[in-house]
Amino acid sequence: MTALLIATGLVKRFGGLRAADGLDLAVEQGELHALIGPNGAGKSTAIALLAGELAPDAGRIRLGAADITRLSTAARVRAGLARSYQTTSLFADFTALQNLALVLQIRAGHSFRGWTPAAADPRLAAPATALLARFALRPDTPARDLSHGEQRQLELAMAVATGASLLLLDEPMAGLGPAESEAMTETLATLKRDATILLVEHDMDAVFALADRVTVLVAGRAIATGTPEAIRADPVVRRAYLGEDA
Amino acid sequence: MNRQRYATLVILALLALVPLLAWALHRPDFITLATQVAIFAIAAVALDLLLGHTGLPSFGHAGFFGLGGYTVGILAFHAADGSQFLGFIPGATAAWVVWPAAILAAALAALVIGALSLRTTGVSFIMITLAFAQMLFFLFVSLKLYGGDDGLGFRSRNPVPGISPRDNTGFYYVCLVALLLVLAGCHRVTRSRFGQVLAGIRQNERRIAAIGLSPYRYKLAAFVLSGAVAGLAGALYANMLRFISPDALDWTLSGEFMVMVVLGGAGTLMGPVLGAAALVLLQSALSQWTEHWMIVMGPVLVLVVLAAPRGIWGLVGGRGR
Repeated sequence: MTALLIATGLVKRFGGLRAADGLDLAVEQGELHALIGPNGAGKSTAIALLAGELAPDAGRIRLGAADITRLSTAARVRAGLARSYQTTSLFADFTALQNLALVLQIRAGHSFRGWTPAAADPRLAAPATALLARFALRPDTPARDLSHGEQRQLELAMAVATGASLLLLDEPMAGLGPAESEAMTETLATLKRDATILLVEHDMDAVFALADRVTVLVAGRAIATGTPEAIRADPVVRRAYLGEDA
Repeated sequence: MNRQRYATLVILALLALVPLLAWALHRPDFITLATQVAIFAIAAVALDLLLGHTGLPSFGHAGFFGLGGYTVGILAFHAADGSQFLGFIPGATAAWVVWPAAILAAALAALVIGALSLRTTGVSFIMITLAFAQMLFFLFVSLKLYGGDDGLGFRSRNPVPGISPRDNTGFYYVCLVALLLVLAGCHRVTRSRFGQVLAGIRQNERRIAAIGLSPYRYKLAAFVLSGAVAGLAGALYANMLRFISPDALDWTLSGEFMVMVVLGGAGTLMGPVLGAAALVLLQSALSQWTEHWMIVMGPVLVLVVLAAPRGIWGLVGGRGR
C-alpha cells in the first residue's frame, strides 16, 4: 500500500496550549482511517490543519507526491482533499439540490459565467439529482428546513460532490439518533469503496465497524496506530483513552 | 413567485405612467421626483447586488456614485473651455461617450478600493469602504478647479439622440430605461453560475473555500460590477441637476443607499426600487411640512423595519428572495 496523505511533525499552538504537538499521520490509499481520542485531544485541530483552514507552526503535509503545506483550503480541494464539518455547515437558503449544484459547478470551473441561468443547466442538475438519490435527500427543501439527519447526509454529500479522492470527515454522526447513526454507518460503508477516508468520530461502534486502521490521538500527539483489534488490545491506549475495562 | 412577478409588473407600469399622471394633475414636479426615484433606485439595486446578494456591506457607495457624477461634470467643464483633463483627455458631452466613461471611472475606482477593502471582513470592511469614500469626498472638496466645496455646474445635459436636452419627460424615460436594463441585468447575473457563487459567499463563505473556490476574486468582481452601476446612477444624477458637488460623495448618501436597500428588502432587487421610492417620496412630502423632516422620517423607518423585517418588498411580493 502507498500512503496518500502523510503529515509529519505538525505543531499548532494556541497561546500556551499545544493542540497539535508533533503530530505524525499517514493515510494509506483506499483505507478508512479513523482518528479517535478523548475530548480536547486535538482531533478537530488536526482536520483543520490537514484541510488548510489553520496554518501549522511547524511540520509538513504531503498529498500523493505533492507538498500541500502552503496551499489554501480551496487549492487543496482542487488537489483532491475535501472536508466535512462537525457543526453542519451548509448554504442554508439553498435547497439540497442547489447546495450540490454549487459544489458541482465549482468542481467543473466556469464560475465566472455571469449570464446563463445556472438552475436550467442539465450538466449540473443531472449529477446533482443523482447525488440526492444516493444520499436519500429531498431536492426542493431549503437546507435550513431539513431534519438534522438529512442535514448531516447533505453535509457529507457536499464533500463527496467535490470529487476529492481523500475525504476528511469530522464527526459525521454528531447529534444523530440510533437509527440515523445506523443509516450513516451504511452510507460510510458504501462510500469507503470509492474514496480514501480519514474519519474523526466519537461513536466507537461505528469506528470499529468501519475502520481499516485507527490512530489514537492524545494531547495533540498520535500515541498508537493499528488495526481496530490491535488498538483495542493496546495497553497504552486502554490506559489513556478507552478505560481499563474496555 | 407569481405574486412577485405581478408586483414587479405593476410597479414598473406605475413608473412608466408617472408622466401621464403629472400631466393630468398639472404637477410637472412629479416627473422630477420620479426621475430622482429611478436614479437612486439604480444605485440601490447596485448596492443590493453587494449588500443583499453577496453579503458585503459597502458603506462607501456614494464614492462611486459621486465619481460617476464628477465624470460628467469634469468632461462638460473641459468641453466648454476646450482644455484637456490631465492634459490629454479632451472634454465630451455626448451621452454615448460620457456615460460609459463614468461607468469606467467608477469601475476602476471600485477595482482599487475593492482590492484593498476585500482583504478585510465585517466591521472593518464597513469602515474601510467608508474611509475610501471619504477620501474621494475630500479630494473633490480640495479640487478648486472643479468648484471645490461649491460644486460644478454645466450648461446642458448630455445629448441623447432623439431626445431634447431640455425635455424632462424624455430624460425621465432615459433614466427609467436605464433602471430596467440594470434590473434585468442584475436579475440575470444573480441567477447565473457567478451569481450562485455570490449567494454562496453570503450564506457561508468558509464552506465556499471548503468546496474548492477562493472567494476573493468573485467578491472583487461583484464589487466592481456594483461600483460601475453606481457610477452610471451618479452620471444620470449629475445630468438631472446639471450640477455636481461633493454632496454626491458624502457618507450620508452612502447611508441613504443602505437604508433604501434594507427598507425595501435586501437581496430582492425590486425591494431597493421600492426603498428608493419610499425614501425619496417621504423626504419630499415631509420637507414640505417641516425642515426638520428627519424627526418624522426616523420613527417611520424604525416602524417599517420593526413591522416588516423583510422590507417593503416582503409585504408586497410575499415570501422568497
